[in-house]
Amino acid sequence: MEGFLNQLPIGLSIGAVLLLIALGLTFTFGQMGVINMAHGEFIMAGAYTAFLLQDWAGRSAVLVALPVAFVVAGLMGLLLERSVVRFFYGRPLDTLLLTWGVSLVLQQLARDLFGAPNVQVLSPEWLQGAVGPLPYNRLFIMVLAVGSVVAIWAYMNRSAQGRRMQAVMQNRQLAATSGINTGRVDQRTFFIGSGLAGIAGVGLTLIGPVGPTLGTYYIVDAFLVVVAGGLGQLRGAVIAAVALGLLNSYAEFWTNASLAKVIVFAVIIAFLQFRPQGLFVLRSRALT
Amino acid sequence: MLSVDGLEAGYGRARVLFGVSLAVTEGQLVCVMGRNGVGKTTLLNTIMGVLPATGGTVTFEGRDVTRLKPHERVKLGMGYVPQGHETFPQLSVLGNLLVTLEASGNPQSALDDALEVFPRLKPLLKRRAGFLSGGQQQQLAIARALVTKPKLLILDEPTEGIQPSIILEIEEAIERLHASGIAVLLVEQYLDLALRLADRYVILDAGQVVHAGTAADLQGEEARRLLAV
Repeated sequence: MEGFLNQLPIGLSIGAVLLLIALGLTFTFGQMGVINMAHGEFIMAGAYTAFLLQDWAGRSAVLVALPVAFVVAGLMGLLLERSVVRFFYGRPLDTLLLTWGVSLVLQQLARDLFGAPNVQVLSPEWLQGAVGPLPYNRLFIMVLAVGSVVAIWAYMNRSAQGRRMQAVMQNRQLAATSGINTGRVDQRTFFIGSGLAGIAGVGLTLIGPVGPTLGTYYIVDAFLVVVAGGLGQLRGAVIAAVALGLLNSYAEFWTNASLAKVIVFAVIIAFLQFRPQGLFVLRSRALT
Repeated sequence: MLSVDGLEAGYGRARVLFGVSLAVTEGQLVCVMGRNGVGKTTLLNTIMGVLPATGGTVTFEGRDVTRLKPHERVKLGMGYVPQGHETFPQLSVLGNLLVTLEASGNPQSALDDALEVFPRLKPLLKRRAGFLSGGQQQQLAIARALVTKPKLLILDEPTEGIQPSIILEIEEAIERLHASGIAVLLVEQYLDLALRLADRYVILDAGQVVHAGTAADLQGEEARRLLAV
């Protein structure tokens, strides 16, 4: 029973990280049909941003890194979109190959810049300790994810830019002929989505070491969240991320790491057999 | 105001338009007619820039807009209501209008004016657009285009699949807009409606203009033959 309880914060915090990563993917995939494998490297960029800021900010690096990593990863995403991805709109499989290549280049770049071995980011003193079975650092990650979801929700539903983003996601051609600059909306979406990956990267420094392959470890799971939750669906992403995080950690707890992956994949495959469209879908008269 | 010269367009290797020319002058209502599959929607899509023109030019108020993006054409004053009463289904009715208003930079009064044209939408503002009936969606679609304060309104079969009483309302709205000085380019299958509204008409067949003239000419045998299925 105690083991069961101890596993809960681990599962939830992994779910929170997956959610942060999947938020960005679900919008770039859902809105633009881009399968961005380099998204994982934006996580890594966020984590290394926290690592670099340690020299200057010491143990509060994590806090300082949150806005900085958002901008750094966001700009990397914007650069990727402007330089290559925009020539591949409407060809999802090609974007998969393209961004996978970019991802490999970025990993090698990180190896050259920071070395192949993992590095450590020291977490602030005030994040050490725990309430019951819940360590503060994992709690911090959950708060981060909840905060991001609320912020994204407010952005989408309460701001003019967010409304434009929804319009493009729901009917791109109609948005264009209604006078919306869809290219600019795409850029903004890519910036925000990539920035969230950077924030996820900072969060990850609290629970593990930072290395060049940090992103690859999470990207596949994040895509599973996107597909299982339904494209472009905030609710779906939240539920799927938490479920996947918990499933992952409990499967690992009761079996072992590699068998756990088998179980997770089996569950997802079975789920998609019954609901290939994911948990939630856009449904309306206009789309049926 | 709008002049289309030798416009060519198509989908990949399948060409649809073979040099279409037409003109809409200030405040005029021009009706494009023709059987299914002759290229009416393709023509409008090319005029709006949704499809790239492979040849010919589109000129709006003396400016060559052939290579402009759709949203840039909207900025210049071309309003487009595509076929099939399209909306942003997950946004509310108000959201649909607001998102267009914000993109256009027009003042709130533009939205109020658009609602005056279709007062039926007023009690539905909070409703999701995707759950409206087809007729309501079409009224919303036209209202959304009006929010951009167009000088030229381009309508693709606004009465398609809509109950007769709503068709009447839409027809009246188009008539009033036309009377207020907005130029209209209308694709319409109902000959009666076209006869009532149009100043001039153009009949397309196989991607070319085969007949053009004033509304009076449309009564002739030739026009009826070209429109018959």
